[in-house]
Amino acid sequence: MQQPIIEVNNVSMRFNLAKEKSESLKEYFLQLVKGKLRFDEFFALKDVSLSVQPGDFYGLIGLNGSGKSTLLKVISGVYKPSSGSCKVRGTVAPLIELGAGFDMDLTARENIYLNGTVLGFSPKYIDAHFEEIVEFSELRDFLDVPLKNYSSGMVARLAFAVATITKPDVLIADEILAVGDFLFQEKCEQRMQKLMSGGTTVILVSHSIEQIERMCNKVAWLEHGRIKMNGPTEEVCEAYKQTTREDDKI
Amino acid sequence: MLKLYVQDFLRYRYLLYNLISRDFKLKYRRSVLGVAWSVLNPLMMCAVMFVIFNTLMAGMRGEGIENFAVYLVIGQLLFNFFRESTTMAMSSVMNNAMLLRKVYIPKYIFPLQKICFGLVNCLFSFIALIIVMLITRARLYPTILLGLYPLLMLAVFSLGIGMILAAMAVFFRDVIHLWEVFTTILMWFSAIFYTPEQFGNALLEGLIALNPLYQYITAFRDTVMYGQLLSGAQILICAAWALVMLALGMFVFKKTQDKFVLYM
Repeated sequence: MQQPIIEVNNVSMRFNLAKEKSESLKEYFLQLVKGKLRFDEFFALKDVSLSVQPGDFYGLIGLNGSGKSTLLKVISGVYKPSSGSCKVRGTVAPLIELGAGFDMDLTARENIYLNGTVLGFSPKYIDAHFEEIVEFSELRDFLDVPLKNYSSGMVARLAFAVATITKPDVLIADEILAVGDFLFQEKCEQRMQKLMSGGTTVILVSHSIEQIERMCNKVAWLEHGRIKMNGPTEEVCEAYKQTTREDDKI
Repeated sequence: MLKLYVQDFLRYRYLLYNLISRDFKLKYRRSVLGVAWSVLNPLMMCAVMFVIFNTLMAGMRGEGIENFAVYLVIGQLLFNFFRESTTMAMSSVMNNAMLLRKVYIPKYIFPLQKICFGLVNCLFSFIALIIVMLITRARLYPTILLGLYPLLMLAVFSLGIGMILAAMAVFFRDVIHLWEVFTTILMWFSAIFYTPEQFGNALLEGLIALNPLYQYITAFRDTVMYGQLLSGAQILICAAWALVMLALGMFVFKKTQDKFVLYM
């Protein structure tokens, strides 16, 4: 058995849902004096453990608010878990909410470099892949147009093209395939399959159960911040569909 | 541990560079004179100040300063660098909340970016300083290059303060207003347009000497205006304030940064 590429050990993620969010010093001290400085705690993840082997195509399913995106953010290092630990052996390319780091006032050309460096690429590396990005996003005619004049689909294409020029060890994708027209979606899927065949491990969040069934070899099912089921795709998806149907009957 | 930090920084140094260049692009986009404003702006501000201190507030200007225009401009430029860069650094983390919630980036990049941006701006405005020196026929000393030392130390000092402010501003927005008031008070104690000795008040002189800004400005004036070398004490004081503040800033930032995402 190989060493897992991602190890999530008993991770809990606690948020303070401050109802009276103290954003000023005065309020803070007032509440402190009154003894009112308490927070409603909310666990987005509770004691989640997961281990992903290199080359896996892991799917995450669950209803809205079940903690899927939080888990992705813990893995990609945006959140530091409140308890437990998360270890990733290798580079991570997060395709979470694409286009983070785009500046709407800059042109597409400038944004390719800005976004590329946000993801940690060197300018040389971006230079070398510039053509590829332009080609893939099909936006050659609009390279020097400020991004604020782009449609949301165009922004999404550009973002996907920049984020996937790398050959990361782990690719994290949060419902990104829901962007663009169907032709572009196919193109995205192909590119992800290609990355996969190059040995990249993929973690995919999607609400489309068909997509998960088609692409993933393992699935984890999250419910209220806990892992309800974890295993081969058919088993988990079958169980997931079962309960969803039962819910429908009620 | 340290190796990890260095690797992280090297990986994101291009991001730092790109963010700074974005600041410049956006600042001067659609302006005809563009970067020339970095020189014109301080030049015009100083002209205004100079006129005011020679007419309306003639009684307030320091006595016995041989080249008042240059004296004033240096004080202004350095103090404005400090005020602007720390103020920008203060809201830098908050303003990038969108980004920080989505991808991992070392968070100190943002205060660092604003201090660097301020520093580059400040270097541009030294062209204005040279122009003022030429107009007033001030002597140009070779020691002018030594002025870089207090300037760089001031930048390190500002970075320390900027990191503390950025961390605090995430949790308490009040800091933004408090800092504005505080820097205004600080300005009056930085001997920008007077000399501390002219009041003949030892207590006040001692108080002003405690102000690190005064130390940086004085060290800069000594090299640029008076053609002096920096004394050992000056070198030490400039470095000490900078390093202590940077250490404090890094400590506060590191202690709090994991919670930033939850509060923005």
